[in-house]
Amino acid sequence: MTRRTATLLAGIPVAFLAAFFVWPVVSILATGLSEGGFGAVTRVVGDGHLLGVVWFTVWQAAASTALTIAIALPATWVIARLDIPGRSAIRAATTVPFVLPTVVVATAFLALVGPSGILGVDLQGTVWIVLAAHVFFNLAVVMRLVGGVWAHLDPRLEDAARSLGDPPWRVFRRVTLPLLGPALAAAASIVFLFSLTSFGTVLILGAPRLATVEVEIYRRSALLLDLPAAAVLAILQMIGVIGALAAYARYQEHHSVEQVLRPATETVRRPRSRRERTLVAGILAVTGVIVLGPLLVLVWRSLTVTGGFGVGAYRALADTQVVSAGAAAGNSVAFATAAMLIALGVGMPAAVLVAARRGRLSRWFDTLLMLPLGTSAVTIGFGFLVALDEPIDLRASIVLVPIAHALVAAPFVFRSALPVLRTIRGSLREAAATLGAGPGRVWREIDLPIVARVATVGAAFAFAVSLGEFGATLFLARPGSPTIPIAIYRFLGRPGTLNLGRATALSVVLMALTAAAVALVERVRPPGSAVF
Amino acid sequence: MLEVRQVAVRFGDLAVLGGVDLTVADGEIVALLGASGSGKTTLLRVVAGLIRPDRGSVAWDGDDLAVVPTHLRGFGLVFQDFALFPHLDVGANVAFGLAGLGPVERSRRVSQELDRVGLGGFERRKVGKLSGGQAQRVAVARSLAPRPRLLLLDEPLGSLDRTLRRDLAADLRAALRSAGTPALHVTHDPAEAFAVADRVAILDGGRVIRTGAPERVWSAPGTEAAARLLGLTAIVDVTVGRDGVRLGVGEGRRARALVREGGVRLAADGPVEGTVDGSVFRGPGYLVAVRIAGGVVSVPHPAPVPPGQVVRLSVDSGAFTVLDEA
Repeated sequence: MTRRTATLLAGIPVAFLAAFFVWPVVSILATGLSEGGFGAVTRVVGDGHLLGVVWFTVWQAAASTALTIAIALPATWVIARLDIPGRSAIRAATTVPFVLPTVVVATAFLALVGPSGILGVDLQGTVWIVLAAHVFFNLAVVMRLVGGVWAHLDPRLEDAARSLGDPPWRVFRRVTLPLLGPALAAAASIVFLFSLTSFGTVLILGAPRLATVEVEIYRRSALLLDLPAAAVLAILQMIGVIGALAAYARYQEHHSVEQVLRPATETVRRPRSRRERTLVAGILAVTGVIVLGPLLVLVWRSLTVTGGFGVGAYRALADTQVVSAGAAAGNSVAFATAAMLIALGVGMPAAVLVAARRGRLSRWFDTLLMLPLGTSAVTIGFGFLVALDEPIDLRASIVLVPIAHALVAAPFVFRSALPVLRTIRGSLREAAATLGAGPGRVWREIDLPIVARVATVGAAFAFAVSLGEFGATLFLARPGSPTIPIAIYRFLGRPGTLNLGRATALSVVLMALTAAAVALVERVRPPGSAVF
Repeated sequence: MLEVRQVAVRFGDLAVLGGVDLTVADGEIVALLGASGSGKTTLLRVVAGLIRPDRGSVAWDGDDLAVVPTHLRGFGLVFQDFALFPHLDVGANVAFGLAGLGPVERSRRVSQELDRVGLGGFERRKVGKLSGGQAQRVAVARSLAPRPRLLLLDEPLGSLDRTLRRDLAADLRAALRSAGTPALHVTHDPAEAFAVADRVAILDGGRVIRTGAPERVWSAPGTEAAARLLGLTAIVDVTVGRDGVRLGVGEGRRARALVREGGVRLAADGPVEGTVDGSVFRGPGYLVAVRIAGGVVSVPHPAPVPPGQVVRLSVDSGAFTVLDEA
């Protein structure tokens, strides 16, 4: 790759990130310090309510992480190590919650344990429903990340420990757990960050009492118009996120274990005894209820909430003054298409560049592209609001919605493409060249088919992310052009079972759309291109 | 004393072991010799308690071990790729099975076991930085440290290169002898089995088909399958008559026999005709592969012979070892 091509490839993502990420973050900093230096900071730190919000944000994130890991580990073991019928179907089912939009999950939990939930217990506004939703969401993170390593741990290490006199639980504590340590730390830090910056879940399920920093930023900026305080909170949150990531990086540096990984086919085994089979069945049943329960309830509720069994709730979507579901669906698809194109335009050149080059600059570039992923959607939405009034005031323009979505989706495009592009080895190109292919034909026949395939994957990812995006959209979508998630949120904010019915029905529609996009990803995904 | 009686294991439709009998006496080192896929690792895992046999029993000093889990059997296990714990250093690996001891006694035992395998002072080394031979020695030290009643070794030298294997086989025997631990050593390499073991058991078709001291097994392998596993592949058709064993088909009982190297020469007036397959340079001369009735024999010769050439052989009457019907 020539220097000019590299500059050209770097130009687009760098310009995009500078305008729509760095500049908004700088603007937030400026806003936070606008009240005579540290005025807003002092105000926030002196505010008992706000400190309470910060404390709640941290402890609910820690509790969510601990609960998620505790509940996910048994199922992770089963899926990673045991040869049981329907293993891949179970694995796929457990991934479903992770790809669902937050509003869909929130609606499902309201249908289950909300004010008119089918269990007859109203947990809305309690921490329990928030923790349950976070666990539901993040199970797949633990199962994928930890299971990915567990499936390849050499089973002979455990056999060796048993032959040296350790009973099973000590083998787990002294061998399995330490070897899973780095993967567990990775999963824990991701779950912690997701729960720390959780917005839609807390806004909807925690209402009206509970608020995380994320929710408070939204309230301060969009409802109370106290922009400096919102900015200080956003800065605090960014510091927290960076701190968590730094702690994680430190842990990985000191606890990484060089180990020989085994092919998964060598590590799986049949359940050994009747007792083990019973245990496995129990684990799968509990996990199945956790994963599928809320979704089935959502679908069931959408069909029964209007009394009797039928599609009344879906019909009711057409006749309402609250919001036009049809228009929302149209907006969502249009925004998602635009966001997909922008995310591809930003993510793919960056991936091609980083894959082709090594060295410090490439690593920096890698980090820069991942930063938006570590930044909460609300921060991005808020940042657009305070930054993009000059030189042209874009704040009232609908282009901000797809741009914000693209900012969230671009790291996914980048991350899913990079490992695959890295596997196009120089030797393949050299082999093609020695067989008489010129540079043009090498690009056409070696690089292009792979690039096209990962671009499809990235596109579907971006589309799915945009469809479900809620936090930034809530800031940026104009009242007249809501997306499906915004429409669902508005239905949930209205009283009456008919509006709950509309919310559940529209959630089912959104779930189906997202599932279609994700199914496309799974179909065309080349091996090794998982984001996590 | 270990007693394995009629152990059978099936994996789905595949019968891996079909009734194995085997004993290991106190202080004895037994090599279990078998081709890959013969079920020898499976047998080892049955003895260790890692696999439950479908049939048969494993007993120690007369006590049936069927309900005794692996960690209570007191049998050490050494793996082909050593399975050293990558998150622990050498010392902690060796100390792994010594959890019941106090810290002082534990570190004394660790250094004692490391000394035994010639790796004194290696406690703080990282396992990832060890050479193959060192890793193998650490694996042996780790298994011997808790003073197991029996040591099970699964191709412990299999992943090492040939010269290292020869040296380590002798060291391994010395280490086992000095610890006084009886051992069951699984291998596919007859040279390794002979170097390590007091007694060799040959596993084929899911059964032990021959056991005995290395010298006895080598000089009288019994069946053709056992001979081939011992690396003795010059097997031909013979006739056993009143006047002795003759090559080829004639009057008398037809049988298969092993031809010992050195008992056959190229001779223009020899009684047997054969066709040359090819010649390989080995040492001072060549080894010429000659195809004769029912098999191929290797004949030392000072010069190479072109493939396809018809030659005549003379065979010493003592060169044959008649094999049993399979």
